[in-house]
Amino acid sequence: MNHLPLIIKREYLTKVKNKSFIIMTFVSPLIMVALIAVVAYLSQLNNDKDRSISVLDETGVLSEIFANTEHTTYTILENENLESAKALVKAKEDYGLLYIQKSSDITKVLPNVKFYSDESPSLSIISGLERKIEKKLSDAKLESDGVDIEKIQAAKTNINITQETFSGEKTSKIDSYLKLAFGGAAGYLLFMFIIIYGNMIMRSIIEEKTSRIIEVIISSVKPIQLMMGKIIGTSLAGITQFVIWVILGGVLSLVLSTILGISLSDIQTPQQDMMNQAMENPEVANEMKLAVQSFFNLPIGNLIIAFLLFFIGGYLLYSSLYAAVGAAVDNETDTQQFMMPIIMPLILAVYVGIFTVIEDPHGTVSTVFSFIPFTSPVVMLMRIPFGVPLWQQALSFLILVATFVLTVWFAAKIYRVGILMYGKKPSYKELFKWIKY
Amino acid sequence: MNNLLVADSVSKNYGDFRALNAVSIAVPKGSIFGLLGPNGAGKTTLIRIINQITMPDTGDVLLDGEPLKPEHIQNIGYLPEERGLYKSMKVGEQALYLAQLKGLTKQEAKTRLKYWFDKLEIGDWWNKKIQELSKGQAQKIQFIVTVLHQPKLLIFDEPFSGFDPINANLIKDEILQLRDEGATVIFSTHRMESVEELCDHIALIHKSNKVLDGKLTDIKRQYKTNTFEVGLQTHNIESVSNAIKEKFEVFPATFRNLNDDVKMNIKLNTNDSSNDLLSFLTSKAEVHHFVEVIPSANDIFIQTVKNN
Repeated sequence: MNHLPLIIKREYLTKVKNKSFIIMTFVSPLIMVALIAVVAYLSQLNNDKDRSISVLDETGVLSEIFANTEHTTYTILENENLESAKALVKAKEDYGLLYIQKSSDITKVLPNVKFYSDESPSLSIISGLERKIEKKLSDAKLESDGVDIEKIQAAKTNINITQETFSGEKTSKIDSYLKLAFGGAAGYLLFMFIIIYGNMIMRSIIEEKTSRIIEVIISSVKPIQLMMGKIIGTSLAGITQFVIWVILGGVLSLVLSTILGISLSDIQTPQQDMMNQAMENPEVANEMKLAVQSFFNLPIGNLIIAFLLFFIGGYLLYSSLYAAVGAAVDNETDTQQFMMPIIMPLILAVYVGIFTVIEDPHGTVSTVFSFIPFTSPVVMLMRIPFGVPLWQQALSFLILVATFVLTVWFAAKIYRVGILMYGKKPSYKELFKWIKY
Repeated sequence: MNNLLVADSVSKNYGDFRALNAVSIAVPKGSIFGLLGPNGAGKTTLIRIINQITMPDTGDVLLDGEPLKPEHIQNIGYLPEERGLYKSMKVGEQALYLAQLKGLTKQEAKTRLKYWFDKLEIGDWWNKKIQELSKGQAQKIQFIVTVLHQPKLLIFDEPFSGFDPINANLIKDEILQLRDEGATVIFSTHRMESVEELCDHIALIHKSNKVLDGKLTDIKRQYKTNTFEVGLQTHNIESVSNAIKEKFEVFPATFRNLNDDVKMNIKLNTNDSSNDLLSFLTSKAEVHHFVEVIPSANDIFIQTVKNN
């Protein structure tokens, strides 16, 4: 008799109706969005502060580079010595005083620049000033060596090697970033999903043991059915939660940004400015177009199918191990010892993915790890956007499925014996013995 | 076919540990069969094998003449000793779920649950969560869930634990009624007085082996020692006592009675009948108390386990 649908339904409904699950589902995107909004708001607040900086330039040549910006006003002091200028700035309650000491040669001015202020000045202000002066000085040095600045400007070129595969697909550097982002996101998503919902499965099995219902259930259902029902039911609940998170997060950030007038993407204003500038530059605009194009050039069909297959395969593989651990112990504190061997390959997969796939997506290390079943889901998902031959994908998936069948068999053995064992924490040796029962 | 369940030399090993050693039992249809034994004897293993929770290494189990197969789960109701329910699930939902797992449709399950909830007067619990119920109340739910699908074979492992005397009695009456309606019951317990009260047949398992089985009355007959509890009234306590001790083997007796001068357990001599003893006694004193000593299930249990 097949009770699987019934078990899945119960597991799903119990999870979804659980109070803390509901709260987690609806409150955490709220908290996340609120947090981002607060950070955005605060950073805007910080930038809004107007500052005025006085400049005492004894060389007389550098003053011209200090042009006022939206939030910073520069006052060029003249006919003052350092002491009187200090007193003046203090009295005016300016943010600070930039002092450039006179020196015989403008190129030797560097060690003689000082900034006086009440408190230690903000890092961005100082580095901004430094950049201004550096630029001016290096230009001055070049000019004093007889170099025509205009020519240097004119000689600046921007090279971007256009990449094309033999089959005629155009790619570019941006393309690689995009692929990396896709692969990374997919791999990381799987990693998070396994950790969060694997734990949930484990806990629900421990709960069944501690509430002593297990023997009642197991007298009407085969253990493997119960285990699979739990895994599938919990996963469906997990997918529900994920989808709600994505939708709610999207809607909330939209609402927040319109109501509060905070564009959440404004958090990193400098980058934003750079982007805007870049967009005006025809070459970069061209590159952006290429990026959009390369997005459509991604093997999207392959990506989606591979994502689904490897995601499900990898998730089931690990969750059956979580289920076995849950069955082997009596309470959550005892799980630590068995969690290590599960978490280790997972973390290894993520690190291999991050460090070797970026370096060389088809190198030996990443290729090998994309075949080892415990790391393949994460590593292969990261590699696929870069174009993996179909036979490799298929072989890796077959290995994954074979291993999955093996782990489920193994987990079911442990599960079958473990759920009826109470009282003591088993050792690895005993777990091994259970397989033979 | 008079036996509902037959286990034929069933053995089970856990690693090096032999949990059951060629145990055979036969449970007659419509009987209450007591499965007895000290802790760790192998009772639970046998029960789990009958429920197909574990598989025997060797030996066969037949239910109604057929070797056990997965469909038989619907014909068995099992109340395990280690039992519980999902704490945060509502009583009704949970009972429906467990009933559906036993193969009932939702509608059937609802109708039958209503009948049982009314019968045990717990109709208003339907929407309560298990964690709001007391232990005894949760046990009632568990009992209902065990019997709901009207199985041919009911297995109760310590069914009365957690019940107060009133509810224990209620459940006992329900078990007897189920038996009268045709169900066969396997009953495992350490409480010998309920064995005495309920069981027609017993089997005793000790250290993985079956050491005793049969009809309870037959076993008692087999274990009786032809001893009689005797209470006499006489003015001549000493001479009467000595006269009896000369003729018979005598043990001290502990029963309570009104003003008997002589109390003792007297063992019949071989070839004597109880009438011979009685006429001997009446010739010596006035007999107020004369009862054959029948071994209790408790005595049999202790004696058997100690001797093995």
